[in-house]
Amino acid sequence: MLSFTKIKVLSIYLILLSAIFFASLNLKNNNLIDKKVNLGLDLQGGSYILLEIDTNPLINQKLQSKVLPIKKLLYVNKINFKDFTISPDNISLTIDKEKQNKFKNLFFKQQENTVNNFIPEYNKFELNLEFSQNKAFIQFSNFGLVSLNNTALKQSIEIIRRRIDDVGTKDPTILQRGDKRILVELPGIDDPERVKELLGKTAQLTFRLVSKDDGFGSEKLILSENNEELTVNKRVVISGDNLVDAQPQFDNESNQPIVRFTLDRLGAQRFGKITTENVGSRLAIVLDNSVISAPQIREAITGGTGTISGGFSFQESTDLALLLRSGALPAPINIVEERTVGPDLGQDSIDAGVFSLIVGFILVIIFMFIKYRIFGLVSNISLIANLFMMVGILTILEATLTLPGIAGIILTVGMAVDSNVLIYERIKEELKTEKLIIHAFDTGYNKAKITVIDANVTTLIAAVILFIFGSGPVKGFAVTLGVGIITTLFSAYFIARHLTSVIVLNDKEGKYFKL
Amino acid sequence: MNNKINFSKIFKVANIFSLLAVLVSILFLFFKGLNYGVDFKGGTLLEIRIENKNIQIQDIRSSLNLPELGDVNVKQFGKEGDFLIKFEKNANENEKFTTDLKNIISKKIGSAVNFRRVESVGPKVSSELLKQGLTAIVLSLAAMLFYIWIRFEWQFSLGAIMALIHDVIITLGIFSILSFEVNLSIVAAVLTIVGYSMNDTVVIFDRIRENLLKYSKISTNEISDISINETLSRTVITSLTTLFALVSIFILGGEILRGFSFAMILGVLIGTYSSIFVASPVLNYFKVTQKTLSKEEI
Repeated sequence: MLSFTKIKVLSIYLILLSAIFFASLNLKNNNLIDKKVNLGLDLQGGSYILLEIDTNPLINQKLQSKVLPIKKLLYVNKINFKDFTISPDNISLTIDKEKQNKFKNLFFKQQENTVNNFIPEYNKFELNLEFSQNKAFIQFSNFGLVSLNNTALKQSIEIIRRRIDDVGTKDPTILQRGDKRILVELPGIDDPERVKELLGKTAQLTFRLVSKDDGFGSEKLILSENNEELTVNKRVVISGDNLVDAQPQFDNESNQPIVRFTLDRLGAQRFGKITTENVGSRLAIVLDNSVISAPQIREAITGGTGTISGGFSFQESTDLALLLRSGALPAPINIVEERTVGPDLGQDSIDAGVFSLIVGFILVIIFMFIKYRIFGLVSNISLIANLFMMVGILTILEATLTLPGIAGIILTVGMAVDSNVLIYERIKEELKTEKLIIHAFDTGYNKAKITVIDANVTTLIAAVILFIFGSGPVKGFAVTLGVGIITTLFSAYFIARHLTSVIVLNDKEGKYFKL
Repeated sequence: MNNKINFSKIFKVANIFSLLAVLVSILFLFFKGLNYGVDFKGGTLLEIRIENKNIQIQDIRSSLNLPELGDVNVKQFGKEGDFLIKFEKNANENEKFTTDLKNIISKKIGSAVNFRRVESVGPKVSSELLKQGLTAIVLSLAAMLFYIWIRFEWQFSLGAIMALIHDVIITLGIFSILSFEVNLSIVAAVLTIVGYSMNDTVVIFDRIRENLLKYSKISTNEISDISINETLSRTVITSLTTLFALVSIFILGGEILRGFSFAMILGVLIGTYSSIFVASPVLNYFKVTQKTLSKEEI
């Protein structure tokens, strides 16, 4: 175990040198290789926000949109029906038993089906149809729900990305988590509250006429400026989908912050037509079920642009413009988890972590030197090499260092000497029976090998499971712990062993062997 | 080794002690339960730093005694002027909850308030995190069991796993007795304890197996004794160096790591104890002898 070929020695130190090189990349910025250990949000400050989409309103909305096509299908094919009712998650109607099969065939037709979409990727239809006596029930199939959910989630991620990019945060992370959640990480953010408000808003914008009587097809909404209750027609004149741009501006006359919007061609046409026909009426501008403003239409607006004023502050008008530009979320979004760390706490954590690392390190080094003298020194050198390699590998992986991650490094320092201790204690035992010192070292390394591997594999198992199940900072701990085990094995069995062999082979008189 | 300690003589006493400790722990876990932090219970946690050092903890408590805030818990956190405030409510009910909270605190306290940390976890996420944590612990135990079973005989595997369960239950039991707050980082600590204790046990088991092959005439307990003594200095040294590192985190690593390092210190002590006094006696109970070892190893 103590003989090393030249190539082996060379490659051991080449690996160590390259690890030191990668570790040194963290010291200053360079343009050559852009690799660094990233600091986690708990160390550099920032926000971690977990959002969850609520698809229930969307399901209801989509079901509503099926009503007309279904009725049309029934009329065109002369299928009589009655008691057509919609509940939040299904549609029910009464159809004569003789006609039920015909309806079923039409409902599950693969080609040119405008009612029930066929989802090729699952080979299934989006809606289910069930009969019970003369009642028919229509609801989303599981595959329909999954497809609806996935589309909504993808759209939401896209819109959230646009909103965050628009705010101008550096290096945001936006990821899908599971099938209903979106993870947003915003490092070094100063004002998480503003971003949170921007993320949580559905931003469903509609322009609707204010009606005089509260009959069928209208609803009561509150004007947010003065809490006036308005009766607003449910029919949408134009919606946020028709917007191509929105910018915050100051009104020429009142000097108030306003939002100027530009409509697409179709929206401009409709807007022109409605404003021409309804001069004198009030037009409600509705955002997420609350009326921002309801100005009177003084003249036809045919240019395809308009303004929204609602007593905004400049920040509010900027945010509204941003929300309108990025588009509406397909479904409401809730914040289910939020973690924010201020930048000064992050710095404090780094300072405390690094300080305790240094102290722990020095304690271990002193102890090992007192206990094993020259071989303690060998173990200490390999411990330092171990630290460099850890940082080097974390750099190559561009891993994220968190506060528990620093704890993982400190813990590795404490546990790394274990391998050397195991080996040295074994050699000590061997020295009692073995006359030849070189043989004692050789068998010591050999016999301890299995134990060292067994002992480290168990810790590695814990680290892997932590990595799989841990979230955020805890994952950082798992990474440093896992990397630490690998570098520990390397430094004990290559670096420390080589240094030991150099000492043993050069020391013919055996003056160092008082382990 | 000259200073041979007769461990097996106190195996019985130690085992009765361990059994009692496990029993008491289970009773505490069952009746008192664990003091879950925001991660596992849901709610909101704020860490604030107040510039005006004259403001006392009572002032913050009384200023936050508002019906709309629900149950509030304030405590000093590290330095003077640093406080940790916990609310049962979370952002899930109202996305502006933390924003409003910050405004209320700033207004009520008057002095400049620095919000150093905000954590808000909804009930759904917290119960998922708890489930994930438990799954992780159970899975790691299973993985360890499997690994030892492959590397050794089933008796060893059983001994190791009993030691691990012993460690986890007693550690959690002590958390329960001390009303120690359990959060995500504690799960990480428990998992590391599992790894560490296993590590210790494996070293002793390796030696027991080796000695079983070497001596065929003496009893299992005697072999355990020899093996534990042979590996004792290693056990002590490694525990010491690990404790050096952990105590240094505990004292100097800041408030956030304090709970984590405390759990680890506890775990290292219990883990070291269990590899000697729980894992090894189990081999004797199962009458492990040279014949137990499978042919390939001999």
